Amino acid sequence: MGAVTIAEAGRIKEAEQKSKSLWRHAFESLMRDKYAVMSIGIICIYVIIAILTYTGVIASDWNLEVGPSYAIPSWDNIFGTDIFGHSVLSKTLKGAEVAISVGFVTTLISVVIGVFFGALAGYYGGKVDEIIVWFYTTFSSIPYIMLLVAITFILGKGLVAIYLALGLTSWVSLCRVIRGEVIRHKDREYVQAAYSIGGGHFRRLFKHILPNVMHLVIINASLTFQTAIKSEVILSYLGLGVQGRPSWGTMIDDAKLELARGVWWQLAAATFAMFLVVLAFNILGDALRDALDPKLKGK
Amino acid sequence: MNIWTYTIRRLLYVIPVLLGVCLIIFVLFNLVSPDPSLMMLGKHASAHQMAEIRHELGLDRSWFLQYWDIVKSAFTFDFGRSWSTKQEITQMIKNGAMPSLTVSVPAFAASTIIALIISLFVAFYRGGKFDKSIVIACVALMSIPALAYILFGQKILAYDWGLFEISGYEHGFPAFVPFVLLPCIIWVVLSIGPDVRFYRTVMLDEIYQDYVRTARAKGLTENVILFKHVLKNAMIPIITWVVIQIPFLILGALLLESFFGIPGLGGITLNAINSADFPVVRAMTVLSAVAYIVFSVITDVLYTIVDPRVRLK
Repeated sequence: MGAVTIAEAGRIKEAEQKSKSLWRHAFESLMRDKYAVMSIGIICIYVIIAILTYTGVIASDWNLEVGPSYAIPSWDNIFGTDIFGHSVLSKTLKGAEVAISVGFVTTLISVVIGVFFGALAGYYGGKVDEIIVWFYTTFSSIPYIMLLVAITFILGKGLVAIYLALGLTSWVSLCRVIRGEVIRHKDREYVQAAYSIGGGHFRRLFKHILPNVMHLVIINASLTFQTAIKSEVILSYLGLGVQGRPSWGTMIDDAKLELARGVWWQLAAATFAMFLVVLAFNILGDALRDALDPKLKGK
Repeated sequence: MNIWTYTIRRLLYVIPVLLGVCLIIFVLFNLVSPDPSLMMLGKHASAHQMAEIRHELGLDRSWFLQYWDIVKSAFTFDFGRSWSTKQEITQMIKNGAMPSLTVSVPAFAASTIIALIISLFVAFYRGGKFDKSIVIACVALMSIPALAYILFGQKILAYDWGLFEISGYEHGFPAFVPFVLLPCIIWVVLSIGPDVRFYRTVMLDEIYQDYVRTARAKGLTENVILFKHVLKNAMIPIITWVVIQIPFLILGALLLESFFGIPGLGGITLNAINSADFPVVRAMTVLSAVAYIVFSVITDVLYTIVDPRVRLK
């Protein structure tokens, strides 16, 4: 008897495990991946640094002269100093603020636009779909860099221009993916069930379909985030970057003149800072896809 | 629906897209961008001078006419003259196309072939240490900003070690080779990461299909399966991925060209951006958009020819 109850208990436990939600499963498999956990840790550290520099707790001396011009890395200034004698370490830390905010706001803008239009196009089909597909086909026919430059040109220099330029140019791939997925979902039984109990269009789309395509948004967002950080460098190189405060982009841009004099530390510091966070997002993105995309299960 | 009707319909769809592209370009460059007459004359221009220059640039005409000019230029490739150098833009494009192609074509070919070979190896040894380390290496390569490769490459390989020319360009076949070597290498390094990852995913998608199991059950060797069955089927997404990148070769690599002093279209574009030379930037945008549209039609048609499973609707 005892053996049976143990077996039954095991079966019940198994059943409990099976009834875990997709999100719970994804979360657990993510936590088992030690690279993913490390990436999350790195990203958290960057976010904390960004918040701390924003509130002025650390790196508030980035615009103070702490040493001679172009001092080589030493114990006083671990990453050396730039042309004005500012500490490169403080500038690098302060740069995290711009990078994280650019990544975050850009991702937010692109997710809102992409999900909204993608869901509308996929759900309603017909004319609405045709117009939205026409719009993003048109948009994606113009090379990314040209669009980016044109929009920044118009909006002028500054952080807001960068947010908008990057946000407005990075929603197309998400929109395309969401549209495709919503089309696959809209005639499924669970949506019909929602219809039969009286759910309207709004309810079916936002309450039932969207949560089922949300994993694609998360995967895509991790990609958009790091693309935005990388694009900020290109905008800075074109002279369209952030003004009046350090960013990794402007630091790398400064380096193009410094390098001939053998001043490599500013470039190295900014590159390394960027490398680490972009790498973390890349690894996290892969891990998220493995954890969230049911099509990849078992591979 | 047969392939011809599909092709014609696909070509007809080009018209609204092209009109839309021109509309976006018109709105960006002609409507909302800052008044070029102000930029060209500075703060102390008189109203008369400004009106004159606006007339000269054709900015006093109706919006429709200005829009129509852009649409026309997409077909005639007549883009007018540059504001800063006063050169014919069409001539600038003709001069710049060759240097751009001498960098982008060899680099693109090399990176595609290398990436394909690596991804075949990776697919062969899938799941093992080799696979894992290649994937990690790709991700690491992709995480370094493009400018850092260019700056460090130029400084260390060309300037310190003297392995390559630091910058510059010469026309004519053997003469240009030393100048494009380093840009090509950097291009390959930049694109190898995303390429290998994409090809690997495509091949792994195929390797778990039923037909592979059947082939294995028949007793075929892993080599035959990989090269004869998997590669053939993986070719469809790979061709799409390759063809859709071709239009971007025309523009060359903006950053690479401007850093290595190659007088290609990318370098011209960057100079135009820096000097706020709207007609040149606009011309390059129109040109690359047209190239993109043409190649996306080619990709779609190719797709239906190569893959009979694609249903024409």
